[in-house]
Amino acid sequence: MLKICGPKLSLCGLIISAWGIVQLELSYIVFNEDVVSFQVLMGIFYFVRSVGLAEDLSVMEENFETMEEFYAAADSGYQQNAYNCWIAACLYIFTLLISAQQFYQNSRNSLDA
Amino acid sequence: MQRFRMGAMFRSEQMTLCQLFLQPEAAYTSVSALGEMGIAQFRDMNAEVNPFMRKFVSEVRRCDELERKLRYIEEEVRRDDVKIPDLEEAPTAPNPREIIDLEAHLEKTETEMLELSQNGVNLKSNFKELKEMKYVLEKAQHFMSEECDLFTAASAFVFQQEESDSNRALIGGEERGRLGFVAGVIPRDKVPGFERMLWRVSRGNVFLRQAPLEEPLEDPATGQPINKTVFVAFYQGENLKSRLKKVCTGYHATLYTCPSSVSEREGVVRELRIRLEDLNVVLSQTMDHRHRVVQAVAKELQTWKAMVRKMKAIYHTLNMFNMDVTNKCLIGECWVPKDELQHLRRALEDGGKAVGSTINPIINILSTTENPPTFIRTNKFTEGFQVLIDAYAVGTYREVNPASFTTITFPFLFSVMFGDLGHGIVVFLFAGWMCLFEKKLKKNKWGEIWDIFFGGRYIILLMGIFSMYSGLLYNDIFSLSLNIFGSGWVMNIPKYNLSVESKLALDPAEGGYRGDPYYMGLDPVWQSADNKIIFLNSFKMKLSIIIAVVHMVFGICLSVVNFVHMKKYINILLDFVPQIIFLVLLFGYMAFMVVYKYIVFSPYSQQEIADDPSLEPWGTRCAPSVLITFINMVLVSANSKVEGCNQYMFGGQEEIQRAFLVIALLMVPVLLLGKPIYIKMSARRQATHQVLKPATNGDVSNNGIEMTGASDPEQGGHVQPRGGQDHGEHGESFSDVMVHQAIHTVEYVLSTVSHTASYLRLWALSLAHAQLSDVLWNMVFRRAIKIAGGMGTDGSFSGGNIAGGFVIYVVFALWVCFTVAVLVLMEGLSAFLHTLRLHWVEFMSKFYTGSGYPFEPFSFKGILKETNSLD
Repeated sequence: MLKICGPKLSLCGLIISAWGIVQLELSYIVFNEDVVSFQVLMGIFYFVRSVGLAEDLSVMEENFETMEEFYAAADSGYQQNAYNCWIAACLYIFTLLISAQQFYQNSRNSLDA
Repeated sequence: MQRFRMGAMFRSEQMTLCQLFLQPEAAYTSVSALGEMGIAQFRDMNAEVNPFMRKFVSEVRRCDELERKLRYIEEEVRRDDVKIPDLEEAPTAPNPREIIDLEAHLEKTETEMLELSQNGVNLKSNFKELKEMKYVLEKAQHFMSEECDLFTAASAFVFQQEESDSNRALIGGEERGRLGFVAGVIPRDKVPGFERMLWRVSRGNVFLRQAPLEEPLEDPATGQPINKTVFVAFYQGENLKSRLKKVCTGYHATLYTCPSSVSEREGVVRELRIRLEDLNVVLSQTMDHRHRVVQAVAKELQTWKAMVRKMKAIYHTLNMFNMDVTNKCLIGECWVPKDELQHLRRALEDGGKAVGSTINPIINILSTTENPPTFIRTNKFTEGFQVLIDAYAVGTYREVNPASFTTITFPFLFSVMFGDLGHGIVVFLFAGWMCLFEKKLKKNKWGEIWDIFFGGRYIILLMGIFSMYSGLLYNDIFSLSLNIFGSGWVMNIPKYNLSVESKLALDPAEGGYRGDPYYMGLDPVWQSADNKIIFLNSFKMKLSIIIAVVHMVFGICLSVVNFVHMKKYINILLDFVPQIIFLVLLFGYMAFMVVYKYIVFSPYSQQEIADDPSLEPWGTRCAPSVLITFINMVLVSANSKVEGCNQYMFGGQEEIQRAFLVIALLMVPVLLLGKPIYIKMSARRQATHQVLKPATNGDVSNNGIEMTGASDPEQGGHVQPRGGQDHGEHGESFSDVMVHQAIHTVEYVLSTVSHTASYLRLWALSLAHAQLSDVLWNMVFRRAIKIAGGMGTDGSFSGGNIAGGFVIYVVFALWVCFTVAVLVLMEGLSAFLHTLRLHWVEFMSKFYTGSGYPFEPFSFKGILKETNSLD
């Protein structure tokens, strides 16, 4: 198979993507309204959606006239972030696969030598 | 050595000084058995004897000779790039017959290797010469093909210069027009100098043609590649020829005879080719043979090395023994842990049996006033902590060993500074990986930094776990917070304020607080509060002071254990009591005020105070600053009065504070004068006693002789431990004691203040860590999330989300790198160093003397490891 990166880079990619998948999937669950409200097991993550994360929404800097407007904007913001995190997590799964393959290749090469 | 007893960490092991009587025949095997066990530290009995005058010098020399041979062989093996397998299990020290075998074998191997390499060098240099010659001839052929041009060029060249008289003298009149040439090779880096020199010597009358060799030649002696250049120099006349040759030898150029006719040249080249081929075959056969020999040697090399090293170590140890006057036995002294005495005896008996001796070895236990070495048994978990303590100072014999407490306090204080759940998990996973696969990772040699991390893997593991816990308490995970139990605060910004830019400052007095606190740690809402830092500052600062007082009081209390064990009971009264009172009445009281203030004062709202005016003095407005109160206490000034508030927190506070201050200050003279006065008084009492009783304080006091086997009185008479002097307090003069105590007192009083302040680093570092990770999140990741969030269309999944996801993908990797490099590695290192300082200086200075010397048993394992790390 094709060898793109050395043992160190592939290990680095492996670690970052594993970390990325865990953290970004968690972020997805935290942000995503659908997942949380219907799964009782995931209930804990509903609470995890702390006020701190609200600052991550771009909508929070605007001003609103009514409460409903604000909540709608916040929900949509959360949903957008959920999608983004999900995409990024998928990209990391892809990276993980490549890194794992490269890592395997490298370790096999070093065994041969 | 790995057996572990409860309390073995608490203080160092009891040691006994043993005197060994060994038969000369059994000495070697006995010491070898001891070396395998590694339980005895031998003392040099003839330190004053020159190393060359000792008994076993010739044996040590033999070992040196063997080592030299081994080094030579190893060098040869390495030159051939043959892998030397690591030692699976170290062989036992060779017995005398094996030594002779080994010597003969090594001798044979060395001569074989020497001959082989000598032959190899000869063959190779021959090969090189032939090759060079071949090249020269081939190149010359090429140069000569331009002969005609050359000659015309050369004659024109000469012609031009004809006018010059000096040139004519050089070339010689008749020989003009007849060109001769020399050909050869020269190292490439010498070419420019060579060219210039030729030009100068011949004043431009030598014509030099050169061509670099395409492939480098191999230096026959070292095997290094050398680049060379072929040259052909054309000259005119004998005079120039001799000069030219001189220059060539000066520049180490090798000249080859080169026939001037083409056919002759071709014939020589053909002949050369055949010879080269023959030589090649011979060479490859020689190399094969050498390779086989080397491979056979490489397998055994490490075993031989270990054997010789063990043998040398045994003779070095035997050199420390004394010869009995009758020359019938060797006498040695060694420190042995009391628990290992049976093992010592068994080892000696085994050593005797191995040579068929029927006489049992004799072990005397000597009593001495000398300080025994400090020996603390560790296992793989406690080892790292013990190393941290020993790096400061090796403990005095049998004093309390701080390492046992450090196993918990160290990671705890670290986590106070490094409190972040996320970073804790990273540290924990790294250390967990090292601990899980430690057997496999132990063999890896990844450099010094890796060794440091790996040696401290259990420390790091605990630091990770504790950091996760304190991160949970600080409610910090990568500077975000977890809302696990539901915040105790509700939003109380009125609806009409939505359009106004509002700051979120939390104040329970102004409402919003539901009344029941968050169940564990900090409420998550503080993460977004604008007054977060103001609150955390005060919280963490007070926490540091409380930890400081607890940690230091604990340290001082440990000194009692030392005093009791050393039977210096009077020090409890004259050292411990004034110290602890001084600390507790000043800073202990301050810690009390922190807690008292927390309990008594509450945030009452305007409404509540209006309803019940008696609450007013207990509201936040009236809560006094603990620090100001403490400063007032020390300056003996009254607290300032505030309208509607109590001046003090509780009744009689002013009087109690004054009393505390006076008592604490009274402790200073007690600490300063108590011990010197006591020593003076007891010295006087002792002087009157001494008159009545004759002195028995000789340096020989061997009433505890224990003999195994037959002991004859003559040998018992030789027992003479070379004990040190009794360094008691009685030896010092009164002024010494006084100065010593004065320094101690000043140091203690000043350090009580400065050490308490020093614990504030807990607050500073933890705040810095939290802020740094906050900045990283805000400046890197939050920006990316916001940008990505703005890319999508409202509510539904769209192509914008893919772009947004990609932005997050890239920035996340960046954020991870910064988190690991700056927040985990750098911040972790700095928190580690500060924790180390808090233990070494603030904690251990309260009870730890650290004036011991380590127990270094004679052990083959240690010796082999040491030499391996030197390689």
